[in-house]
This record gives sequence, structure tokens and C-alpha cells, in this order.
Amino acid sequence: MKDKLGTISRTTSNMPDYDTFCSQFSWEKEYESLDGLPEGGINIAHEAVDRHANGDIGNTVALRWVRKDKSFEDFTYIDLKVRTSRFANVLDKLETQKGDGIFSLLGRVPSLYVAAIGTLKARAVFCPMFSVFGPEPAFQRLSKGKAKVLVTTTVLFENKIKQLLDRLPLLRTILLVDADCHIDDKVRSLSLLMSKAADYYTIKNTQPEDPALLHFTSGTTGMPKGALHVHRAVLTHFVTGKYVLDLHPGDVFWCTADPGWVTGTSYGIIAPLVNGVTNIVDEEEFDAARWYSILEEHRVNVWYTAPTAIRRLMRMDLMPLDSYDLSPLRLIHSVGEPLQAEEVVWGKKTYGMPICDNWWQTETGGIMISNYASMKVRPGSMGKPLPGIEAAIGEVEGEKVHLLTKPLEQGHLLLKAGWPSMFRAYLDEEERYKKCFKGQWYITGDLAKKDADGYYWFVGRADDIIKTSGHMVGPFEVESALMEHPAVAEAAIIGKPNAIIGELVKAFVVLESGFEANEATKLDIKGYSRKKLGPAIAPKEIAFIKRLPKTKSGKILRRLLKARELGLPEGDTSTLE
Amino acid sequence: MKDKETKAVIFQILIKIAPDVDPETLEMEDNIREVLGIDSFDFLQFIIGLDEEFGLKTPEEDYGKITTLKALITYIKAAKQRLIK
Repeated sequence: MKDKLGTISRTTSNMPDYDTFCSQFSWEKEYESLDGLPEGGINIAHEAVDRHANGDIGNTVALRWVRKDKSFEDFTYIDLKVRTSRFANVLDKLETQKGDGIFSLLGRVPSLYVAAIGTLKARAVFCPMFSVFGPEPAFQRLSKGKAKVLVTTTVLFENKIKQLLDRLPLLRTILLVDADCHIDDKVRSLSLLMSKAADYYTIKNTQPEDPALLHFTSGTTGMPKGALHVHRAVLTHFVTGKYVLDLHPGDVFWCTADPGWVTGTSYGIIAPLVNGVTNIVDEEEFDAARWYSILEEHRVNVWYTAPTAIRRLMRMDLMPLDSYDLSPLRLIHSVGEPLQAEEVVWGKKTYGMPICDNWWQTETGGIMISNYASMKVRPGSMGKPLPGIEAAIGEVEGEKVHLLTKPLEQGHLLLKAGWPSMFRAYLDEEERYKKCFKGQWYITGDLAKKDADGYYWFVGRADDIIKTSGHMVGPFEVESALMEHPAVAEAAIIGKPNAIIGELVKAFVVLESGFEANEATKLDIKGYSRKKLGPAIAPKEIAFIKRLPKTKSGKILRRLLKARELGLPEGDTSTLE
Repeated sequence: MKDKETKAVIFQILIKIAPDVDPETLEMEDNIREVLGIDSFDFLQFIIGLDEEFGLKTPEEDYGKITTLKALITYIKAAKQRLIK
């Protein structure tokens, strides 16, 4: 019987044949498709908005914002050009300098998208934060990123930021998107400033290596790291939008990720705009029935979502094609964590097309390995490297990398350094950055295998980082917050496998003497951590433990806790205290 | 079961999921997720908890309809009546 999971039928794919395309691909040639600034150099905002506004598709809808009540508002490329120019002028008025950190703490509202592009126009560095972060994660990022300006709402400011101001001396201005008047010299009304700003802005000379975007990502040790990306990254956004997401003129595209995470910025803002299509933004959180109605009502052609959402959709009793007209939909991609084979197969059965999994990280800035519209999908596989990207499997020993070339040998997933959207630094942490590279290879921290036909298969993380709902959570950040609770003597965090969200954050807590290991203490610690960290990071489960397993040198053996939790073999325990 | 009792059960489950916020502060028309800072996984656990408590099987497609206390109480009442019939 023929494999039903054949290639996606599309005769006009931008990449009709993967192998042929790979052999002809060059970044330089693709770079020529971008416009560049009139005076030389390249700026993401110009490529994403201004060049389209000035050209043939100025009146095309760039952004369709679907409100919580499902009404919507359209912004054409010309509208976006005007608004982002005003925002850039506001930043100039605030005496923002090239390279300054402009942060946002916002839900998915138009101001977020205007702030992102406007910041890039002004050559400042944009750093979006997830709006459900608690005060502590927000502080870590604002402080480490030396934020000068924060764009947020009155409620988020009052609840999360105001209490931090004394600890953030560099934060000069808070721009409130929903305030009608200025609160004081520091806390200002964005709309008031925008109304007085000119709607034209000339982007100054921007070099490809000028910093543009800052995304924080978790590490096993220490607090989150600020991965810095440059304007040249737009080439990866353009190429992946065109050849992976297969975006065509006139397309409607929906990336369901929040811009607080890298996917929501690279693919929820930049890639669709650079490719000149209509980008759907939904203000609301996941709601299965709502999502199908958005796909139907807005005639979405390409949908980029996450395994967590797909698993929720799989829980529905209905066959969506019986209830919704999804005929315009021709391609579905997924990222965040590996898509299981049965989920890919379910996609084929449910939507008439396999869901294309792909792989990348905050550090890579864009999709690196993927299944493609024109390539046969192998369910459960990450796919093949993006044309122009060299990937490999290898063993890492000290400073040396030994490549593993036999099919299905398991090792570190490696990428040859130098792609356009490669992160250029961990902000102020040069040693940590250098450690990621061995010779010409970037060590991704993920373990994988490559089969005889060149498809990559994800195995797991090489470290203790937790992947929950597609987001990375570093154990150290959570443990540090828990330790501040008076009842907690010690804490260790693991990722506990979960059928819906991949892994959930589970805490093991050693109590201080005098505290009882009961439900009330558990709830108190849980409440405390939610307040401090926010629901995206705080532990979903807490268990008490008498003592934590540690190495003789005192390092917590999280992998042992995890093995015990899952009833798995404990592995090498020779270093156990 | 009276609305007041249904509400008490709802609060019992909510307090385990979001112990940092007092559910008593919820107004009937408030969006539960927004006010209590509950993410979509927590909300799923919340509905599963309610299903166990009330012997229901709330389909995923109905989750978006039960975002407020008012909608939730009405929904549970109707679902229980359907079960009795």
C-alpha cells in the first residue's frame, strides 16, 4: 500500500524539489531579493514594512488583529509604516540611542507590533516579554537587558513593574498603551506621544551586524541569558517564510505563538511581513472552537502552531472539516517541541495534510530543520536542514567535536556556525557564549539522530532545561524563587512528562525545620511561586522530599530525581553524595 | 445542587490551581482565566477537576463558552440536568 502521508499537493511551491533547491541555494542570491536601505545597509523594519508600503502592496492588509470579542481591525502596510514611524519618532524624542533596549510587556495588541517595528526603525534593540511573566522574571530581563524604555499597559505596570522601579535605575521611561494622559515624567501615555509625533521617519544607516532583537532563554545554570540577534537575521526570516512556510503573495498566515517567545517574533511579526502577506493576530488565548472559526472566517492559508495546541485539538470530538470550511488552508507547520508520529498522522486524517514539524531555538533565530511542503513527511521526524544550513550529529569531548556519520547514531545536534540569524552574543556573558561553539560548530544542546536519507530525529535535551508548552524553563530560575519562601530549605526542579504540554514544571522541596509537609504548606509555596514567577514558569506540581540527591561536590542531580519520578533506571550514580 | 454549592466546589478546585488569588474576589462576569492568571494548561486541569467532581465530560469545544463564573454555573446546571434525563 502506498504511504498516505505523501507530499503536500501544491504545484506552485516556492521550493518544488528540496534536493535540487539545496544544490542551487546561496544566501547571497537570496539577499538580493531584499531591498536594503536607500543609503546602504539593511534594517528589518524597512524590509518588513516600509518597502511594501512604498511599493505595490501598500494597501494590502499587513496585520489583522482579532479582538477577544472576535471583531477585527485591519492595518495595511501603509498604516503600519505610519504608526511605526510615529513610534520611532517618539523614541527619538525620548532621546533613545542606537542599541538601547526597548522592552514590551503586552498581550497580543497592535501596540506590541507597532513598538517592535518602530524600535527597529530607530535602531534600538527590541525585547518582547511574555505578559504572564511574574515580577521576578520581568525584573531579571529588564535588568539584564539594561532596558531604557518599557511599553506596557496600566494594569501590568501597576501589578508587576511599579514594585520593581527602585531596582531598575536604568529604566527611564514607561510607555502606557492605554493611558490617555501622562502619569508623571517617567510614566507616559504612548497615545499622547504618538499623536504629536510625525508620521514620517527616515531610517538611519543600519549595518547588517547592528543589534536588533534580544530574546531571553533559559539555561541549566544561572538566570536566563539574553540572546542577541542582528538586522541581518531578516534574511533567515525571509528565506524560511518563503521556502519553509511557503508564503505566497496574497496569502493569509497565522502564527499562534505569542511574541513574548522567539517564535512569536520571528514568525508572528517579521517573517510574514517581510514576505508581504497578511498576518493574523489573535488577542485571545487558546480556545479550540475559536481557533477553527478563525481559520475559517479569515481564510487562513498557512498556519504555524505548536504541539501543545494540536494535542488539545485532538481532544475534540468533531471532525473539523465537517463543521468548518478550511478549504483555503494548504499548509500546517508546528514548532515548540517534537511532534509525535501519531500527531502528524492525525493531521493527515483530520485536515487532509500532514502537519510539518520543524526545529529551531532562540539562539538560531529562525527555522533550521524542517519538513517542507514539497518533501515527503516522515511522521515523528524533524525533517531536513534548511537549504544553506549545514547540520550534523556529533560527540563533544572537551573542545573537540567528533562527527557521527553512521545512520541513526545518537549524538549532539550541531549546526555549522555563520547563518544570518545566528545569535551574536549572550548579553554580557561572553564565556557562556563561547562555550556554545566548538571550532566551526554550534552545539545546540539537543540530542538527535540522522537516518540514512538525511532526516533528523529529535531525542531529547542534553541538559536539565525543561520544555513546557513549547517554552524553555531553566531550573535555576525557578529554584531560586522557591528558595525565597520561608518554608523552603532547598528545591530542585524537573520536567515531568505530560501528554498535553510535553513537560510540566515539578518542584521537589526540602522543608525548613518547623514547617509541616502538608497540603496547606504546598499551596502556600505554590501560590508564592505563581505570584513571583507567573503561571508560565511556576511549578504546576510540588512534592516534599527529605533530602535532594547531590553529587559529592554538592550539585543537585536533577536527572536522578527525574528517573525516580518516572520509575526509570537511575543510571550512573557513582558521583552521588 | 444549589448555585451556591456549585460555586463552592468551583472555588475549592480553583484555590488548588491558583492559591495566590482568592477566588471570592471573582465577579460573576469576570473572565476567570484573566483575573486569576490561569494559563491554558491550568484551565484544562480546572475543567477536568470539575468534570470529576460533577461526573461530567465537558468536550474541548465547549471550553471557550465557560470563561466566567456565571457561564460556568449555568453550564454545569444544564449538563447535570442532561445527565439526569
